[in-house]
Amino acid sequence: MKITTVRRISQVFFFVLFLWFCIVATVGDKFWQIRNWPVNWFLQLDPLVAIGTILSTQTLYWPLLWALVTIVITIIFGRFFCSWLCPFGSIHHFVGYLANRKRKVTEKIQLNRYRKAQSLKYLVLFFFLGMAALPSLASSLQTGLLDPIPLVTRSFNLILLPILDNGTYLTSVEARFYELGWLILAVFGTAVLLNLVIPRFYCRFVCPLGALFAILSRFSIWRIGKNKSECINCKLCEKACEGGCEPAGNIKIAECVLCFNCLNDCKHDLIAYQAVPSLAGETQADISRRGFVLSLASGVLAAPAIRLGGKITSNWYNKVIRPPGALAEEEFLKRCIKCGQCMRVCPTNVLQPAGIEGGLEGLWTPILNNRIGSSGCQLNCVACGQVCPTSAIRPITLDEKKGLGEFAEKGPIKLGTAFVDRNRCLPWSMDKPCIVCQENCPVSPKAIYTQEVFNTIRDGIVTVSAIEGRTIRTTENLPADRFGTGDYYILFGNGERHKIAANTDSSIEISSSGTFEKSASQGAKIEVQVRLQRPYIDLEKCIGCGVCEHECPVSGKRAIRVSAEGETRSMNRRLLLKG
Amino acid sequence: MTEPNPINPPNAGRINPGRRQLLIRGAKAAASIAAAGGLAYWLYDREGPKAGIEAEKLVTLPDFSVPHKEGQVISIVQGEDRIKTVNKAIDLLGGIERFVNEGDIVAIKPNVAFASPPILGATTNPDVIAAVIRLCYERGKAKKVIVLDNPINDPASCFTISGIGKAATAAGAEVVMPKENLFGHTTLEAGTLIKNWPVLYEPLAKVNKLIGIAPVKDHHRSGASMSMKNWYGLLGGRRNIFHQDINTIIAELAMMAKPTLVVLDGTVTMMSNGPTGGSVSDLKKTNTMIASCDMVATDAFGCSLLGLKPDNLPYLSLAQKAGAGNADYESLKPLRAELT
Repeated sequence: MKITTVRRISQVFFFVLFLWFCIVATVGDKFWQIRNWPVNWFLQLDPLVAIGTILSTQTLYWPLLWALVTIVITIIFGRFFCSWLCPFGSIHHFVGYLANRKRKVTEKIQLNRYRKAQSLKYLVLFFFLGMAALPSLASSLQTGLLDPIPLVTRSFNLILLPILDNGTYLTSVEARFYELGWLILAVFGTAVLLNLVIPRFYCRFVCPLGALFAILSRFSIWRIGKNKSECINCKLCEKACEGGCEPAGNIKIAECVLCFNCLNDCKHDLIAYQAVPSLAGETQADISRRGFVLSLASGVLAAPAIRLGGKITSNWYNKVIRPPGALAEEEFLKRCIKCGQCMRVCPTNVLQPAGIEGGLEGLWTPILNNRIGSSGCQLNCVACGQVCPTSAIRPITLDEKKGLGEFAEKGPIKLGTAFVDRNRCLPWSMDKPCIVCQENCPVSPKAIYTQEVFNTIRDGIVTVSAIEGRTIRTTENLPADRFGTGDYYILFGNGERHKIAANTDSSIEISSSGTFEKSASQGAKIEVQVRLQRPYIDLEKCIGCGVCEHECPVSGKRAIRVSAEGETRSMNRRLLLKG
Repeated sequence: MTEPNPINPPNAGRINPGRRQLLIRGAKAAASIAAAGGLAYWLYDREGPKAGIEAEKLVTLPDFSVPHKEGQVISIVQGEDRIKTVNKAIDLLGGIERFVNEGDIVAIKPNVAFASPPILGATTNPDVIAAVIRLCYERGKAKKVIVLDNPINDPASCFTISGIGKAATAAGAEVVMPKENLFGHTTLEAGTLIKNWPVLYEPLAKVNKLIGIAPVKDHHRSGASMSMKNWYGLLGGRRNIFHQDINTIIAELAMMAKPTLVVLDGTVTMMSNGPTGGSVSDLKKTNTMIASCDMVATDAFGCSLLGLKPDNLPYLSLAQKAGAGNADYESLKPLRAELT
């Protein structure tokens, strides 16, 4: 079997595996749904995730040790990851092939030549590493924006699978929504379409992970090269060169993605994967000292520059509500790689990719939007922390979330606090009974409690014309059949209040429950009242789960909304005096 | 080299190629014009869009009820063991054979509202559901049993965490998730609230029996959530707006759903913090199982487990007035039994 065939099998295998891990990262009782599937495996293999978090946190979170495997193999064999494993690379490889397969050989050779701009990707890498590198100044992990594994994971999780699913309901019961999804798609789509201009455009010019591999493979033991210095210079070996590394001449060894097409295409067996450098000469990565220093320094400065907005300190935005178990904002931003795993696994779809409301650096990090999805943050769910590859959301237990068992003293994890908007709430401002929020509050005892009031309705003061048994006739006209719902009462002049059982346009029948004696005489004024239960929030009990906000029937701007004040992950945002 | 003669081209004598092309172009142009005109004629809409948001096709839930049998309308069985009490309660009404016949497809509608474990009693106990499914298969000779609900919390989580999904599947039933394409719009002619409203119709259109199985729960807005309120779970859309008139909507639900049988599981009653509960301290052992063809009677009795009287629940009298059942359950001569 040809080595390129083996490579294609490997690419298809790992791409399907990647897709499978995306598909299964959902909660449910289907056999294929998440059951210890290593859904983060690709992210764990990604050394940029590991190195980025090492720089920002000075620790290597244990599941990321997998990256060491990638690093070791790369050091020995070169950039195998790009052409053999990377799902994003495989997409580029395939699309680049499709787009350019009908070109002439000379055009292909021209298309796959080395370009000076290929060293841009190193600057991207150093810039991002610079942003994460100096915790004493400000450290922000932004590699995930362009790191291909988080990028492709995010694109499949939040865009491609939901689009597919929303027509077929294959992996979700309800349509999935992701705010700002268009931007994620735009980045993904642009990267893929650029293959029409130059094959593997993203890999050659942009990919910071590829840049990292290029550096790591500097001392690789085996490498592509010519086993003779002379050849007829037909350049057929460059016609399908994926990396644009020019194997025919002085090979740009850092650009070689080990696609092995040259090995295949050389009719004279002059190219080999060998332990000696190419006999036609080799050039290392084109990284200028100036480029290195400037990009790194820009990154180092960019992080504190973004922080000047104060978005993680005093100017924090109250709608940045993080999932349960999320670290305090600064620590969170050191770890979140914007992969979207939490948002994919979230059974209620409440977790959403943020825009820049929490600062530029918060783009695509998870926040709760209680208006989207099937039900706020469910009390008995900790799925997001279980899949987070970097522990930006800690893998908490249900006991910790709910403040039970050994966490009883600490109390439950609060995401924020619900506030009733009394200007929009039906019982508060419209004299309509409701309390859907109270009903759905999952905490025991409920964090939403009510106080009963009786309000006289519009035109509700009427005059008694006669009383017959339990029926009161009125002088004024009444809206027929409106007061018999169990929510309306009559207040008599003596302070007695009786439930209305039914009414016509001129009479009201008093309910048979309770004793009714003649409490009014002809000509007396009585008041038709509606019984309201008005919701209040118990600050100590509310966990900010947002179920109330989700269920609130005032469906535009909800009449009860969660705000991040009171979230337990941050001392600065607490509301309670104690705890 | 001869210059091409513009007046007499080489193939003169036959049809002038210029004219030939003109004819071809003319024919193509005519076809294009005809296509454009035809398309315009075909799609011509003199009316413009209509106002209103009525669904194109309204559906009505089938009537699943079985013939009335005097003196076999409601049974009340005391006992701790749910499986025994539910079997006994159905037996007292004449056995499952009265309700489910050979080849029937049965839908069971439990209360799966919340993603809450069975021990907290916020959802129908899975053991009762499994017991009824087994009765349907083993003695009723049902062809198929489905279990469905449109929960409040995330449906997949609710069916999983409540244990209902697993119990139903283990007993041989199929769990039907409330996918969006399974809803149809319904209007309750005799009602005022259920107008053009989405209801979980498609799966119910394919069954011929419907059994509701509900727990007994405190409900702050309406007083109690039992077998009538259980049908709320058939509604889709932003159904919460109905809480503005909770008693009327519960009464209308009782008019809309015409089940074969309802089972009200009062083995444990959620006395406080309902309908979500959240703590075992909200629960009380009340050791009662009710089976009935009359859900108004069922709930009229069931509220006593919560320490309420039928008068406390205005929806009972509203439903009775609308002909959905009889709130004076004693007049129906409940069949009683006590199991130890």
